[in-house]
Amino acid sequence: MSPNLRTVVLFAAMAALLIAVGVIQSVHVALAIFNLCLISAIMTLGVNIQWGYAGLFNAGVMGFAALGGLAAVVVSFPPVPLAWAVGGPRAILGVATGVLAVGLAILTWKKMRGSRRFRGWSAAAVAFAGIVVMRLVIDPAVEAIEAVEPAKTGFLGGLGLPIMLSWVAGGALAALAAWAIGKIALGLRSDYLAIATLGISEIIIYFLKNEEWMARGVKNVNGLPRPVPYEIDLQQTLWVQELAVRLDFNVVELSSIIVKLSYASLFLVVLAVIFWFSQRALKSPWGRMMRAIRDNEIAAGAMGKDVTWRHLQVFVLGSAVIGLAGAMLTTLDGIFTPASYQPLRFTFLIWVMVIVGGSGNNLGSILGGFVIWFFWIEAEPIGLALIELLTLGMAQDSALRLHLIENAAHTRLATMGVVLLLVLRFSPRGLIPERSK
Amino acid sequence: MPMTDILNALVLLSNFVLVPGLAYGSQLALGALGVTMVYAVLRFSNFAHGETMSFGAMVTILMTWVLQERGVGFGPLPTALLALPIGILGTVLVCLVFDRFVYRYYRRQKAPPVTYLIVSVGILFILSGVVRFVIGPQDRVFADGERFILKARAFKELTGLDQGLAIKTTQGVTVVTAVIIVALLFWFLNRTRTGKSMRAYSDNEDLALLSGISPARVVAITWIITGALAAIAGTLYGLDKGYKPFTYLGLVLPIFAAAIVGGVGNPLGAIAGGFVIALSELLLTFAYKRVIAYLTPGDWIPDGLVQLLATDYKLAVSFVILVIVLLVKPTGIFSGKTL
Repeated sequence: MSPNLRTVVLFAAMAALLIAVGVIQSVHVALAIFNLCLISAIMTLGVNIQWGYAGLFNAGVMGFAALGGLAAVVVSFPPVPLAWAVGGPRAILGVATGVLAVGLAILTWKKMRGSRRFRGWSAAAVAFAGIVVMRLVIDPAVEAIEAVEPAKTGFLGGLGLPIMLSWVAGGALAALAAWAIGKIALGLRSDYLAIATLGISEIIIYFLKNEEWMARGVKNVNGLPRPVPYEIDLQQTLWVQELAVRLDFNVVELSSIIVKLSYASLFLVVLAVIFWFSQRALKSPWGRMMRAIRDNEIAAGAMGKDVTWRHLQVFVLGSAVIGLAGAMLTTLDGIFTPASYQPLRFTFLIWVMVIVGGSGNNLGSILGGFVIWFFWIEAEPIGLALIELLTLGMAQDSALRLHLIENAAHTRLATMGVVLLLVLRFSPRGLIPERSK
Repeated sequence: MPMTDILNALVLLSNFVLVPGLAYGSQLALGALGVTMVYAVLRFSNFAHGETMSFGAMVTILMTWVLQERGVGFGPLPTALLALPIGILGTVLVCLVFDRFVYRYYRRQKAPPVTYLIVSVGILFILSGVVRFVIGPQDRVFADGERFILKARAFKELTGLDQGLAIKTTQGVTVVTAVIIVALLFWFLNRTRTGKSMRAYSDNEDLALLSGISPARVVAITWIITGALAAIAGTLYGLDKGYKPFTYLGLVLPIFAAAIVGGVGNPLGAIAGGFVIALSELLLTFAYKRVIAYLTPGDWIPDGLVQLLATDYKLAVSFVILVIVLLVKPTGIFSGKTL
C-alpha cells in the first residue's frame, strides 16, 4: 500500500470507529470523545515537535498542560476586587522578589567562575536569603487573600478577559517555563533529561496545588466562562427550536450537541493551524536542520549548527503547543483541578500517542492522538463487555465475576502498555512512519 | 539550661525526624538499589520500578490474606513477613518474563537507552493495570501483630521526660530487614564468584565476555536481585504507610533522586542517597517551634511554627534535590565508582 493510501485508510477507519460509537452508544459520547481526541492530537503534535523533530525526551508534558490550565483561569476568571485590595500588589511584589532572588543567585553563579569551591555555596546562600525575603513579603499577602470568602474565592481571580485569549496565553506561559527549564536542563543526556523534566513537572503541580492565592489550589476553580453559548440559552433560541422540530429531535439534546459541535469546530481550526505550521516547519530548511541534529548531533555541530540553541528553540516551541492544548482542555472542562494532573494520563499517555502514531510524522501524531484517546475511553466498555462475555458461564453473583466486572475499567492501563510494546516491537516507526527523503 | 531540656529536644527530633526518616530512608534505599542494579548492568533508567514494587507488595498482601484466613500469624510481627517470600518469587518471575519477552529483543538489537526507557514506560502501564485489576485501586492496611515496639507513654515513664518516643513495629521491621538485605547484597557482590562476574560485566562488557562470563546469566541474576529488592521495598513501604496502588508511581521520583544523589550504578551511593532524601524531606518540613522552645533559656516560645517549608511540599523536596543534583553534579556524590 502506498504511504498516502495507508494514511487515508487509517484516518477513514478512525472516522468509522467514531461514527460507530455515535450509532451504538450515542452522539454525545462520540462527540465528547472527538473533542478530547482533537486536544490530544494537539498535545501530541507538541511532543512530536520535541521528540520527532529533535529527539528530545520531555517527560514533563503534564506540567506544561497544567500551566496552560492556569492561564485559562488567570485570563478568563473575573477579578476578585477585595482580594486585590487586601493583598494584590504585595503578592505581585513577592513574586517579583522571588524572581529577583533566583536571578541574583544565577548571576552569583556566573560571576564567580574563578572560585570553584565557594561558587555553589555563595549561589545557594543568595538564593536562600532571597527566599527568606520573599516569604517575608508574600506571606501576609497570601494569608489576607486566602481569607477573602475562602469558600467561594480566596484567590486573586483573573483578568476577566475572553477565555479564548487564554489559549495564546497558555502557550506563552508554557513557552516561558520551557525556556527557563530548557536553559538549565537541556544539557543533560536523554534519560536524565526525562527524569529531570518529570521531576520539574511534579514540582509545577505541587506549586499549583498548594499556592491557593493563585488559582485556589486543590479547592479548584469552577465555572470558568465559555467561548460557546450555554445549552440553556440555546434552548430558548428560536432557530434551535425550529431545527429541533424539523429534525425531530429533543431540544435539550440538540442544544447539547450544538455546544459540543461548536467546541469541536473551534478545536479543529486550532488543530488545522498548528498542523499547517508544523508541516511547513518540518519541510523547511529549519526542519531539515533539526532532523540532522537529531540524527547526529556531533556532525551537525561540526557543520556549524548551534545544537544547544536549536534544542532550546524546539523545546520552547513544542512546550508552547502543549500549553495551548492544556488551556483548551481546561476551557472544555470549564473547571481547573490541579489534583487531576497525573503523569500517567498527562505525560505517559501522550507519549504512547506519539510512539504509536509515528514519531517524526505530524499526521501520524494526530492519528496517534485520536486512536489512543479513543481506546483509552472505549477500553472501559469494551473490557466490560468482554468480561461479561467471558464470565457468562459463572453464577450471576459469583465473587470472582463481580470482582472482575468492578475492576474492568483498569484494563485500559494494561491495554495501553501492551499496545505500546507491540508497536515498538513490530512497527517501531509507528502507524504512519516518518518519510525519509 | 537544664539537661532535661536538651534531652527533650533531642527526643522530639528523634520521634518526628530521625525514626520516621530511618524507616523511610531504608525503603527508598532498597528501591534505589533496584534502580541502580538495573542501571549498572542493563544500562537504562527503569521507569517501571515503582510499579514493580507495587506488584511485589500486592502479591505479598494476597498471600498475607491467605495466611490470615488459615489463622497463621507471626506473633508480634506482621504476618506479611511470612508471605514476603511468595511476593519475592512472584516479582522475580514477572521481571524474568518481561526480560525474556520484552527487554531481550532490544538488548540483541543494541537499542539506545532511550528506547529501553520508552519500553519501561510500556511495562509501567501494564503493571499498574494488572495491579489495579487484581487488587483494586482502594487503600489496604495489612499490618497486623503488635503495633508498637516502644510506646510514647512507656518511654515517658521510663525516662521521666516530657516528650515521648514511639517506634512502630513496621519501622523497626523496615530498618532491620533493610540492614540484613543490604549486608547480603554486598556479601554477594563482593565475595561470591557470581557477584564478582556481575561487577566485571557492569564495568566492561566486552572484557567480561572475553573472560567467559555468560551475559544471559548475569542479566538473569540482575533481574532476580532487582525483583527481590522491589518486592521487599514495596512491601515494607506498604506495611509502614498503608498500601495504595497509586502512591508507587509517585515513589519513582524520590527513588531516582536517591539513586542519582548517590551516583547511579553505585549501590553504596543508593543507600546513602535514600537517607539523604528521606532526612532532607523531613528536616525541611519539620516545625522547629517546640525544639527551639526547649533549647532557648526561659519560657520564650517562637510565634510561628519555624518551618522552612509547608508540610504539603514534603515530596517536592526530593524532586528539587533531584533536579539540583542532576544540574550541578549529575554523577552524584560517590561519582566514578559503579557496582
